[in-house]
Amino acid sequence: MSAVVALDGLLASRRLWRGKPSTQAPADAVPTGWAALDAALPGGGWPAAALSEVLLPADGVGELRLVWPALAQLARGDGVIAIVAPPYRPYAPAWDAAGIRADALQVLDASPRDALWASEQCLRSGACRAVLCWPQKADDRALRRLQVAAETGRTPGFAFRPMQACANPSPAPLRIAIETAPHRLRVLKCRGALVPPAPIAFPAHAMHG
Amino acid sequence: MQWACILLPQLAMDGVLRRLEAPDGAAIALVEGPVQRRTLHSVTPAARMLGLQPGQSLAAAQALSTHFRTFEHDAAEVERWRALLAAWAYRFSSQVSTELPHALLLEVGHSLQLFGPWPRLEARMREELHALGFRHRIVAAPNPHAARALANVHDGLAVDEHALNTALGQLPLERSGLPQPVAFALSRMGLRTLRQVFALPRDALARRFPAHVLAYLDTVRGDAPAPLACYRPPEHFEGRIEFDSEVESSQALLFPLRRLAQDLTAFLAGRDGGVQRFTLVLEHERCAHSEVEVGLLTPQRDAAMLFELGRGRLEQARLPAPVRGFQLVARELPPFVPAALDLFETRAQQDVPWPQLRERLRARLGDDAVHGIGHSPEHRPERIAMAGRATSDARPRPGWLLAHAIPLRDHAVQVLAGPERIESGWWDGGDIRRDYYVVETSLGQRAWAYGIAGDPSPAHFMLHGWFA
Repeated sequence: MSAVVALDGLLASRRLWRGKPSTQAPADAVPTGWAALDAALPGGGWPAAALSEVLLPADGVGELRLVWPALAQLARGDGVIAIVAPPYRPYAPAWDAAGIRADALQVLDASPRDALWASEQCLRSGACRAVLCWPQKADDRALRRLQVAAETGRTPGFAFRPMQACANPSPAPLRIAIETAPHRLRVLKCRGALVPPAPIAFPAHAMHG
Repeated sequence: MQWACILLPQLAMDGVLRRLEAPDGAAIALVEGPVQRRTLHSVTPAARMLGLQPGQSLAAAQALSTHFRTFEHDAAEVERWRALLAAWAYRFSSQVSTELPHALLLEVGHSLQLFGPWPRLEARMREELHALGFRHRIVAAPNPHAARALANVHDGLAVDEHALNTALGQLPLERSGLPQPVAFALSRMGLRTLRQVFALPRDALARRFPAHVLAYLDTVRGDAPAPLACYRPPEHFEGRIEFDSEVESSQALLFPLRRLAQDLTAFLAGRDGGVQRFTLVLEHERCAHSEVEVGLLTPQRDAAMLFELGRGRLEQARLPAPVRGFQLVARELPPFVPAALDLFETRAQQDVPWPQLRERLRARLGDDAVHGIGHSPEHRPERIAMAGRATSDARPRPGWLLAHAIPLRDHAVQVLAGPERIESGWWDGGDIRRDYYVVETSLGQRAWAYGIAGDPSPAHFMLHGWFA
């Protein structure tokens, strides 16, 4: 190899693994809003220009609660948060209560096939602050396209997938599984650091009367 | 006052070439005349290499070579191209004229304040004409008739009042714009250039030649003003491309679509407008035309974007029959306000703005597929699902709502909170009376479920949302 590559650059882009975790956090991350999770992730948050996978045992286990703090922060500027072919209808009052401007949200209705296309377009365009998608029957190739699109458009993408998908490898640099008994998170993969060995606390909803 | 003459020497041929995908180096001849006596109207350089010449009969040309394509010369179409270019030129000047043959005349003296000095304006016009696919010569002079006469021999010339007489004087008689018999008669008198004609005594010229000759000489020198009729832009745009063979795939329509989108953009820029809706008309041989409507949320005039949208709609459309001709018709042309760019935009990579992305998504997914979540004061969950903000209480609301409530099939649900009575809608017939509960399912999901008011039995709960 003849090209001279700066070590700093490699470390900053988290392509090089270093035995000892680096102390300075790369700038390209969006804090998750969950202190314990932020501490465990190499960038201190969701990667800002990549696809993050959230694996669920079932719908309604806290997947939105997990991403809401980050979305609330992303929605603060102008720009759009694209929700591509969600499994249910986003209920405005709850999103509002989570601090996400309702006018920043755009829902895209699409068939499963078109949803992949639309997610890729949204990620690649750079016009969206964040893109939420539910890739169905997504193979490795489709996910890689989404990951490349997120890198190209420098847009954080969140892919919600069933827990069964954790058996297969994925090109997403960050994979987090939500466990329900008890409620906690398990990081399955995070580029640039060792996977935290212990599950991370993710308290269930505090219920009000 | 400064006038620019854009001479279009090959307008008929350019009009044909620009509907071909890769015309470079093709031997092409335009033919005209009755079926018995077909003659060549114009030829491309490659065809000239084969020995073809304008004016030759088609039979003679075919005797020389068979390796050339022929197209019908259509005078009406040439006029349409000229009208399109006039619409294009209208963006540079409010005084555009198509009155003089083969040329566009535009007053540029007042435009220079807006578009910068003449060389910059000239370069810009050349660049755009090149992109549109029209060969041209450009000359600027103090009056339109002089500019037109000078364009006969010059390209890129710009003369002011002082240099005008010298420049005109150097014009050879046969290309000075004088009628052919007059130029011939003058050359028989031993005259070669226009300077020698200017030197002749007026009364001698007036005796020998018709009055319009003297009038013409006065006009080019700017002594007698001869105003031109100004072009008035039409109220809507219609562009058409006809194919010489039947087209079966929508892929093959993309090139003409790109051309027409460019033409539409040029037209819109001329009238400083945008387009809100346009129609692609596909002409079929044996059945009625089919139409593809393209609607936009906001007026636009970016050629690449219009092409992209048209393409999205075209790829979805089913063609009932092969296509012979292709039209782009735009009637809704509202004023266009370019989007203000934020000076302090922090995201450098924003290469596709959201409005453009939204149009692209709508083109493929459908007009109503992209929507926001609005607000309306309404208590019934199903009515505020897409449009609503709850009243200002802090009671828990789920992030997901099911489009229709379904029975909650789980025998081990645990009620965490509730009941919360929601009772509403008695005024419009859609009344509900429900007790909502927050429950946890055996899988650890948080659900929002309701039972009939007063019935707390989980067995009858209806699942209405997820606290995801």
